[in-house]
Amino acid sequence: MSSTLSTQRLLMIGPKLLNRSRFLVWCGFALILLIAPQIFNSASSVSFLSQLGALIIFCLSYNMLLGEAGMLSFCHAVFSGLGGFFAVHVMNLAADGLVFAPVFIIPLVGGFASAIIGVLLGYVTTKKSGTTFAMITLGIGELVYFLSQIFPTFFGGEAGVTTDRVYGAPFLGMTFGPQIQVYYLTATWLMLCTIGMYAFTSTPLGRVVNAVRDNAERAEFIGYNPRMVRHLVLIISSLFAGIAGSLTAINFEIASAESLGGARSAQALLFTFIGGRESFLGPIVGAVVGDFLSAKLSDYTAAWQLYLGIFFIIFVMYAPGGLVSIIAANWRVLRAGAFGRVLPSWLAVVASSVTAIAGAVILVELAYSTIFGLQKTAVAELFAPMGASSNAGACGFGVALLLAGAFWFSRTRVTFSQDWDRINSEIGASERGRMT
Amino acid sequence: MEYMLINLLNGLSYGLLLFMLSAGLTLVFSMMGVLNFAHASFYMIGAYISYTVGLRTGFWIGLIVAPILLGALGALIERFGLRSVHRYGHVAELLFTFGLAYVILELVQLIWGRGPVEYSIPKEMDRPLFTLFTTTFPMYRAFMMGVALLMLLTIYVAFKRSRIGLVIQAALTHPDSVEALGHNVPRLNMIVFGGGAALAGLAGAIGGNVFVTEPGMADEVGNIIFVVAVVGGLGSLAGALIASLLIGVLQTFAVSIDYSPLTLLAHAGFQVSTDSPAYNVLNLSVAEIAPILPYLFMILILVFRPKGLMGTRET
Repeated sequence: MSSTLSTQRLLMIGPKLLNRSRFLVWCGFALILLIAPQIFNSASSVSFLSQLGALIIFCLSYNMLLGEAGMLSFCHAVFSGLGGFFAVHVMNLAADGLVFAPVFIIPLVGGFASAIIGVLLGYVTTKKSGTTFAMITLGIGELVYFLSQIFPTFFGGEAGVTTDRVYGAPFLGMTFGPQIQVYYLTATWLMLCTIGMYAFTSTPLGRVVNAVRDNAERAEFIGYNPRMVRHLVLIISSLFAGIAGSLTAINFEIASAESLGGARSAQALLFTFIGGRESFLGPIVGAVVGDFLSAKLSDYTAAWQLYLGIFFIIFVMYAPGGLVSIIAANWRVLRAGAFGRVLPSWLAVVASSVTAIAGAVILVELAYSTIFGLQKTAVAELFAPMGASSNAGACGFGVALLLAGAFWFSRTRVTFSQDWDRINSEIGASERGRMT
Repeated sequence: MEYMLINLLNGLSYGLLLFMLSAGLTLVFSMMGVLNFAHASFYMIGAYISYTVGLRTGFWIGLIVAPILLGALGALIERFGLRSVHRYGHVAELLFTFGLAYVILELVQLIWGRGPVEYSIPKEMDRPLFTLFTTTFPMYRAFMMGVALLMLLTIYVAFKRSRIGLVIQAALTHPDSVEALGHNVPRLNMIVFGGGAALAGLAGAIGGNVFVTEPGMADEVGNIIFVVAVVGGLGSLAGALIASLLIGVLQTFAVSIDYSPLTLLAHAGFQVSTDSPAYNVLNLSVAEIAPILPYLFMILILVFRPKGLMGTRET
């Protein structure tokens, strides 16, 4: 490995990372981070944004494994959660004056602690990738979760370990007590981590990681040890996961066992996959959309988990590239100026699927509200002014919408995919023509 | 002596239930390469269906209907879901079943509610089979063990001795050649996946009334059966049997042992003070660490014998 990682080659990332359009994108990202809490400035929004920042780092670090290295991990929350626990303990020690660790450096402490966990766990997990890796990480995740139950001194049992983030001398006048200061701390670390992880994708090691994902055997034949490569990427990924976990712990001033449980690992997988694992932007989009929807939708509907599951299955079956790939495909057609030709069938497909989804949603909501008798019956409230207050009427409407939408969709789908394929092959041909 | 024997029997019967579950998982994995995350969900549906059908017809009809319905459900899921994901590779198939487990959990809660249902042991089986010294062994547990052994025999005959079993085994390594010989490989996959689901359904119908039939039951065994599959060696049916018996017995014994290293040291004459750093670790009794034992066992196997107990390839 060491011969390929010479300084000269590492420096090659410089111009790639910072050509002019990239520079503008990074500036835009920084600007968004800077002004977001000024626009959404209510207390709950700023808290939500701080939490979102940590979640984005978490999903990006997860995609280092899933997207870059093709390693489907079910124990990623172990790294972020343990990072959070170490962060909280170091904060408590620092508050007592036993160690010197100002709050803004705490994420790094959690990150390094988690990287060491990555070194240890990597030995047992990284021998193979694919389904074997998935199964072993699932077991590791359970093991650590149960360990957290039986060692209450470190993990704090049911209640978790609490801390106070206001201690020591203020840094540049910031005590990190007010939520807005925590947000800017999170945003700074988010910026640093995003740059770091993006830079990683174009280092020689990042490329070898891709090679091992695509064909471990060939990578081995040209002299890279796939196990070593997987181990290294696991360590780097757990470093960033630990930073994310520490930021979450600073934000909530607590580290609890549920932060390293299977549900949180599953969340990383769901959000990252829905966002798109093939692009660097994917996990960011997935975290923003997923976190926003899970916060907002759960206010309106009790069936949120069901929708998330179905949404995920649809993406696995029909759009394995996630949301980003859908946007990119449409953008490609739009940029080639060919969108007008596909527009009629595009609109028909979108309208028909929206109709069918609306019908299905009405039925699901009705089922949930009749069976569980919940208060959150947004659909029933919607129907009350329309005169269809009885469930039977709404149910009939839902079935009608679903059937009509499905029938319409099956009719328009074929013309759309023909139009779409034709236009894309034309674009492909003209792109090839320009290159030669 | 009595304590040992009763624990051994309980451990064996729990282990055999684990085997019933992991057999389907192992079967689907070895024949299709699909790691089925929804397998424990099929087990849960099996318990619920058997309970619902049993309410009207009695336990025995429910016991037969549940695996049949689950087999049909599994075949449908393979035909209209899994098959279209197949071209994206095994990880995509795994993700599909992962999402499926989510959806099944929600649907089960929608249909049968969030609380447990009263799925009880049939009256004619609700009595002791024999008395060992002073403790009785329930007849239903023996029945459960019998079904598991019968299932092992059936799977063995169906896959090692029957014609269709040989074709399925050939399709695993050489799908194109098998297809060229005129066999319908996608249909074979459908049969295998349906068969795996049916086995899970049978396990649910039998195990649901020994344990509690509730929406959390899939999560409870879901991870353990993966451990069994890894320890036994991925894709090895015999390995799954040995591993599930080992883990079943290990867990049953561990739960009832209230000794910790501290008590052992005290017997040897050492006293560890409560503020020494090792106290918290040494004070843990075997019963307290029982839940993590299978996972520790799995890690030890991965370190010292990556093939698993009976596996033929490295995991």
